[in-house]
Amino acid sequence: MDPRASLSRLWRDEHSRSVIIQILAVVLIFGLFAYLVRNAVVNLEAIGKGFSFGYLQEPASYDINQHLIEYSSRSTHFRAMLVGILNTLLVAVSGIVLATVLGFSLGVLRLSKNLLASKLAHIYIDYVRNVPVLLHILLVYGIIVNTLPVPREAQSLGDIAFLTNRGFFLPKPIFEPLFLVILGLFAAGIVFTIWFRRYAADIQRKTGEHYPVFWISLGAVLGIPLISYFLIGGPITFEIPALTGFNFSGGMVVRPEFTALWIALSLYTAAFIAEIVRAGIISVNYGQTEASLALGINHGRTLNLVVIPQALRVIVPPLTSQYLNLAKNSSLAIAIGYMDIVATIGGITLNQTGREIECMIIVLLLYLSLSLLISFAMNIYNKRIRLVER
Amino acid sequence: MDWLFLDAAFTGGSRDECSAKAGGACWAVIGERLNLFTYGFYPVAERWRVNLSLVLLIFTLFPILFEKAPYRKYALHIAVAFPFVTAWLLVGGLGLTPVETDQFGGFMLTLVIGITGIGFSLPIGILLALGRQSKLPAIQIFSIGFIEFIRGVPLITLLFVASTMLNYFLPPGVTFDLLLRVLIMVTLFASAYMAEVIRGGLQAIPKGQFEAADSMGLHYWSAMRLIVLPQAIKISIPGIVNTFIGLYKDTTLVIIIGLLDPLGIGRASLADTRWTGLSTEVYLFVAIFFFISCFGMARYSQHLEKKLETDHKR
Repeated sequence: MDPRASLSRLWRDEHSRSVIIQILAVVLIFGLFAYLVRNAVVNLEAIGKGFSFGYLQEPASYDINQHLIEYSSRSTHFRAMLVGILNTLLVAVSGIVLATVLGFSLGVLRLSKNLLASKLAHIYIDYVRNVPVLLHILLVYGIIVNTLPVPREAQSLGDIAFLTNRGFFLPKPIFEPLFLVILGLFAAGIVFTIWFRRYAADIQRKTGEHYPVFWISLGAVLGIPLISYFLIGGPITFEIPALTGFNFSGGMVVRPEFTALWIALSLYTAAFIAEIVRAGIISVNYGQTEASLALGINHGRTLNLVVIPQALRVIVPPLTSQYLNLAKNSSLAIAIGYMDIVATIGGITLNQTGREIECMIIVLLLYLSLSLLISFAMNIYNKRIRLVER
Repeated sequence: MDWLFLDAAFTGGSRDECSAKAGGACWAVIGERLNLFTYGFYPVAERWRVNLSLVLLIFTLFPILFEKAPYRKYALHIAVAFPFVTAWLLVGGLGLTPVETDQFGGFMLTLVIGITGIGFSLPIGILLALGRQSKLPAIQIFSIGFIEFIRGVPLITLLFVASTMLNYFLPPGVTFDLLLRVLIMVTLFASAYMAEVIRGGLQAIPKGQFEAADSMGLHYWSAMRLIVLPQAIKISIPGIVNTFIGLYKDTTLVIIIGLLDPLGIGRASLADTRWTGLSTEVYLFVAIFFFISCFGMARYSQHLEKKLETDHKR
């Protein structure tokens, strides 16, 4: 047999063809990788730069105006990276919380029988979804900076908190050691509630007896710690901000950059969540509600026990991707100077040290892990609420 | 409302002149910079080329979007020729004065990035989606790896990669134009999302369709092209258009690496001492532009869904 015929037979056979295609793909892609890496090595050598993460131990010598952990310009680049990570997490987590609350309310409003409420919600959602998030961030930031007064003419809220265009100055709580007792009681209350809920559900399943679960949990989580707080004599004192010169000192400050980013991201994501919630609630057949009412279950419990558990199954998977989007969009912080991970390690550190490849690798890996973490957490939750098929 | 129109000033040379006239919004800044907002720093003498490109764009989109266009037969040929003709028109060379891409800006830049991204991300996304569903493990792993990596990081970090470190990975002496690097990154980013949308459509196709195609003796590509993809893409139209809208909105991120799209022009205008403090007016103006284009796309997709509805109504 001549070699050309056997070659064509090899190509006609499905199994051998798939092997050939895969080998070609692997060779091609690894070849491309090797080529790119080789180029990088040659280029780095040509300008005398190595590849190392040693620069992380050098002093950063730049300031970060919002830091949740101790940081000064003498700290290392590594410390700056940690500050950046914490700032990213702060805005991502608080954004997710606010966006969820707003999104669910908007979604319910959109379905409301009140025509005005549902129309307004509809217009708002359409506007927000069709305008870029970066524009929202810049707009909110511009409004905060341009319309709020300068510190000297600060808008005071009962002389303890002040609104200015340099930030919101709030009283700073100073915790005395006894406060730990209250924290302990609070934690114990939560643990007790979790146990008690299971116990009460168990009792109800066996005997049909109802416990006032809500009131008992409320008492355990909030009541007892509150009472003991006053019994001990209020182990928290507040440091109130005061105007000194051109700015306030003391107290706690929420920077306008954080506020703008937080509000803009939440408003933007809330519009998307609202549509998801609406679709979820619509997806539950109205017959379910009717059946539940026919069984004599009241409206509130119908919503809680029948509609929402079924709607959640539709809502949670797309909700996860909205959370991911919010976390990723928080990288736009750099546009208004909020010092998140992109602005610290991928911005100033990168420009100072000239270690582009190393810095970008760190940033990319961090976002990948953050995304994986959120998907992982939401997947666990999704499994818990999934339809149990028998 | 009062602030927007009744109390607003529409002419004037600076913010102070505006506030002397009226207490509301100051739209004069938009009027003065309208050309900048539209063309960026494209040379004044060459702006007809941008206008001509826009006409060509409309001429190309018309037969694709509307069935009744008279020359619809040639829609595909035109669509294939369009990118080359426009690229030549905008960048120059071959008889036209060359224009550096860093002079691109304003709405024109948004359209260049948006349309390139939209045009190229769909085919790449389809290939990636097919790769992910493929029976060949090597292809599947590469597709999954690529898609999940891109979806796991923000676009802005990819743009940073493009602007700061991509040149290290090219052979010494070769440099890429910044706009070209941005276009590549935006397209890759959108195609990963596109791939996931289309995968959803592919998964919704009953297995019988694949088997029927096999038993007709169609080989893989014909089966996909004739049987599976038309159905899968029809199902995923809402998702595809959402991805387009997302991409179009994401074009604003290029201001962070220094390109001047409308938002960048707006920010630059605010840095001018005559107009400082007018951020609300400038950003609202840009917002209206984006709202009109995105809302239009969303509406067209709803229309398309209705038109392609071939199921029997229950």
